[in-house]
Amino acid sequence: MARVALRELCGYRAGDKGDIANVAIFADDQATYDVLLREVTAERVKAHFGTMVKGNVDRYEARNVLGLNFLLRGALGGGGPRSLRSDNLGKTLGGALVRLEIDVPDALAGRRRARPDVAWADAILRESVRR
Amino acid sequence: MHNGAKNVRVAGGQGFYGDTPAALDSLLAEGIDYLCLEALAELTLAILQKDRQRDETRGYTRDLPGYLARALPYVADGRTKVITNAGGINPPAAARVAIETAKQLGLSGLKIATVLGDDVLSRLDTLHRAGQPFTHLDTGEAFSTMSSEPLFASAYLGARGIVDALEQGADIVITGRVADASLFLAPCVFEHGWSWDDWDRLAGGIVVGHLLECSGQSIGGNYTGDWWALPDPWELPYPIADVAADASAVISKPAGAGGRVSTDTLRHQLLYEVGDPARYLAPDVVADFTSARFEDLPNDRVRVSGVRGLPATDTYKLLLAHHAGWSGEARVAFSWPDAYEKAKATAAIFVKRVVAAGHEVDEWCIEYWGVDALGGVTVPDAPGCEPPECVLRVAWRCAEQRTAGLIGRELIPLTLSAPPAGMTGMGRGVAGGSNELLAIWPTLVSKDVVDERVTVTMQEVT
Repeated sequence: MARVALRELCGYRAGDKGDIANVAIFADDQATYDVLLREVTAERVKAHFGTMVKGNVDRYEARNVLGLNFLLRGALGGGGPRSLRSDNLGKTLGGALVRLEIDVPDALAGRRRARPDVAWADAILRESVRR
Repeated sequence: MHNGAKNVRVAGGQGFYGDTPAALDSLLAEGIDYLCLEALAELTLAILQKDRQRDETRGYTRDLPGYLARALPYVADGRTKVITNAGGINPPAAARVAIETAKQLGLSGLKIATVLGDDVLSRLDTLHRAGQPFTHLDTGEAFSTMSSEPLFASAYLGARGIVDALEQGADIVITGRVADASLFLAPCVFEHGWSWDDWDRLAGGIVVGHLLECSGQSIGGNYTGDWWALPDPWELPYPIADVAADASAVISKPAGAGGRVSTDTLRHQLLYEVGDPARYLAPDVVADFTSARFEDLPNDRVRVSGVRGLPATDTYKLLLAHHAGWSGEARVAFSWPDAYEKAKATAAIFVKRVVAAGHEVDEWCIEYWGVDALGGVTVPDAPGCEPPECVLRVAWRCAEQRTAGLIGRELIPLTLSAPPAGMTGMGRGVAGGSNELLAIWPTLVSKDVVDERVTVTMQEVT
């Protein structure tokens, strides 16, 4: 067994409905998905977010797309038009969730998602923006 | 009317109020039967409500003319039709603007339909007395406990009103709060002649709509895969679906454009802002998103098929909002060394000064950008390395608008009287702006009491 952060294992996207945030994660393959099913429980996610999430966390499975969808209730400071937070729509909560570290079998221990290569952005900025 | 075996080509030309009309050009050039423009989020209705409060002729998304200016030449040629919920909470005003836009372009003969009936604000109390509980959907709070008068009340209508309008020959259909995905379902129902109890096909149309309703988000926008490797991200195109009579569909993008369509980009959108994916409650059908099969085809195309549906419920989602106080905010940047500590100290000094000045604040929100603002308390440990800079952001909520505008003033003297070397980059909130907060109240309303008032009005541009 080894500990790996979810960012190495899955993609993610978050959105809002009222004061509920939805955070979905997507495994790259079935073996990883099976680990996520076992490790990333609603309770685990609730504990990870701590007091930021006032209500319950529910988990739903979408096995057809190797996805898990979490509903974080009371997670947005009252909901988009009421919230004082800079991220009033909870868009960044996907990134917050994938900081979670879970136990994975040795076969997944070295798993590492590719890191960004933004050489094209550097080139554009060199050409267009003097800094 | 239905067109037999021919596919219906629908496109998602707008994902929110503020999206870019420039993205229409490649869609229209590609050739599409229906251009669907989705303009409304929960937050948008609140923005439109504030707009209408200031000016009764507003309350629709005011970028509509920019969209229509690009699309109408194609509409006039009979090449495409436009369906949009840009009417917001004032569809007749949006229709007036659409007619003006057509006239300015010298186009006549266009038929513009307006679908009304989603706005139940004036009937709320009557409906409540007649037995609609309007209990808060998420918290279970009773309607009677709402702390101030509702400012808008919009039911999420389904595709039927739009289909009626298309049957009457509409070239452009403008609605209020029709559910996002139903905008896309409507042309499929109209063209393929699906019946209103053909649950699997209706669900297939809803999945297509859900995949297209957020414009760039299915082509690589907000994508957490290899986002840096997407072709030409500065001209991300918007999605197209070819929907077959059996409700299977091929999702694609304009030829030669940037972005990517793959099972991976689409599955991220499939679960976006979804509750139980096995029971997605659309107004027209309960769709099982977990039944969808995705198959990657060559050239940025993905086939979506096999979607199952269940009978629709007998209620619409209804969104209310009420006043919830006034907010203000201020930002200050601090530099290394000890940037985070300086920011915290300044926040504490500021809060004490505001209290000492006698201002009533009902809620504070304090964030440290660069340290914990976007992850909040989820950060498992304090940052291991000291940040080179830190932006303190303080936001507050007050009952009084005037107070909300005054509080930032307490920060300004700290320029010379606070922790060292860095009170800089102050946000404009310090100058004394305030913002009205609205609390939204999602609930349900029986379909029958809404449907009996849904109307389609047709106007012809002369």
